[in-house]
Amino acid sequence: MVTRFPETPSQTGGPYVHIGLAPQQAGFEIFGNNFGNDLVADDTVGERITIEGRVFDGSGTLVRDALLEIWQANASGKYAHRLDPQDKQLDPTFRGWGRTGADFDSGVFEFRTIKPGPVEADGGRVQAPHICVVVFARGINVGLHTRIYFDDEAAANAADPVLGGIEWETRRETLIAKRSERDGKVFCTFDIRLQDTPDGGAETVFFDI
Amino acid sequence: MTIGEFVERDATVHPPALTPGYKTSVLRSPRNALISPRNTLSEITGPVFGARELGEKDNDLILNFAKDGLPIGERLVVHGYVRDEFGNPVSGALVEVWQANAGGRYRHKKDQYLAPIDPNFGGCGRMITDSNGYYVFRTIKPGPYPWANSTNAWRPAHIHMSLSANGWAQRLITQLYFEGDPLIERCPIAKTIPTVEQVRSLIAQEDPANHIPFDARTYRFDVTLRGRRATFFENTLPGAPR
Repeated sequence: MVTRFPETPSQTGGPYVHIGLAPQQAGFEIFGNNFGNDLVADDTVGERITIEGRVFDGSGTLVRDALLEIWQANASGKYAHRLDPQDKQLDPTFRGWGRTGADFDSGVFEFRTIKPGPVEADGGRVQAPHICVVVFARGINVGLHTRIYFDDEAAANAADPVLGGIEWETRRETLIAKRSERDGKVFCTFDIRLQDTPDGGAETVFFDI
Repeated sequence: MTIGEFVERDATVHPPALTPGYKTSVLRSPRNALISPRNTLSEITGPVFGARELGEKDNDLILNFAKDGLPIGERLVVHGYVRDEFGNPVSGALVEVWQANAGGRYRHKKDQYLAPIDPNFGGCGRMITDSNGYYVFRTIKPGPYPWANSTNAWRPAHIHMSLSANGWAQRLITQLYFEGDPLIERCPIAKTIPTVEQVRSLIAQEDPANHIPFDARTYRFDVTLRGRRATFFENTLPGAPR
């Protein structure tokens, strides 16, 4: 049999994950260039949106020490990566990745980004616009992967192969962000529930990707 | 031959989500099984980082926060290779590390442990693996620290490590322990990992041949990330021309 080396096991990011991944939030300045939650440059193409949300544990308590990252395609649905074979326009101003911690007081996390375009899937299908999310925190042994979809994309969502692969239709709803406008800005609200919460909040769908 | 999907993650080498010995996991673990879709373009791609985004001292934790002197503690070099499950080097991966100081105190708003902050030690660093998948950083050996899992729980000395490699599916955060530390086998976090062999894979080995005389000791720590399947025939990778 061909040797396959086992993957290095995951461990929790712990409560002080910010020191390494968001040192300014931990309370100090160390790097000249910090990675953050603003994915958009002045000339980035696409509709500006703010993703905002909170993470809740199984008691309904805010997870104030969560660290989140997102990965997404640009406005044309193209990933800034050499393995994306789609014949679509790259946006040189858009890496498609960002990172932030939930606020230590309010528990709110925020990303300033653009709404991604649809990405091709196999069998000639198309994935609805979506943003990949991973959540790390104290108490989470292996980073939890989920996806954000958009409630103004009902038709595309209905045809999405990943959403459609969730057998329990009622659970699909946990992946749909709610769009609203405040002060002329578009917000997409996406709360994450690590377990069903006592107030009736349903556990978010998490993926083994 | 083109590039295929990632080989599925072997869940048996990782901690399960619910590990009651590590109490915080009880309310922070999903109750439902994870759902396993096939990889799409979204999972086989991932963010790309360039060496030019990093500063000169970003991988030197001894100097990158030094203000009016050197930090106190054991001087260490930590180095190793990042490879995938098939042994291929993983180049261009962003490796980020963070840790406590020599006394086990973190430079973080929320850490109240009575051991003092070291004014010359920040406790974080980052680097990008070279074409051989090699990384190296310099630091002070972290001390163990107490935590409130039980009234007398102590973490072994450890360095947290985060890897962002060539695909979103490879994203990994883990912890590196040190050879010979008796706290490892009592640690509820290390013990979330199901097998002794896999705990051992998180223990950096002393590397005396690479000690720097009258300067620093060296530890070796290699990391394995998920590998991609090669596709020899029909490629149904999402988005590929058929």
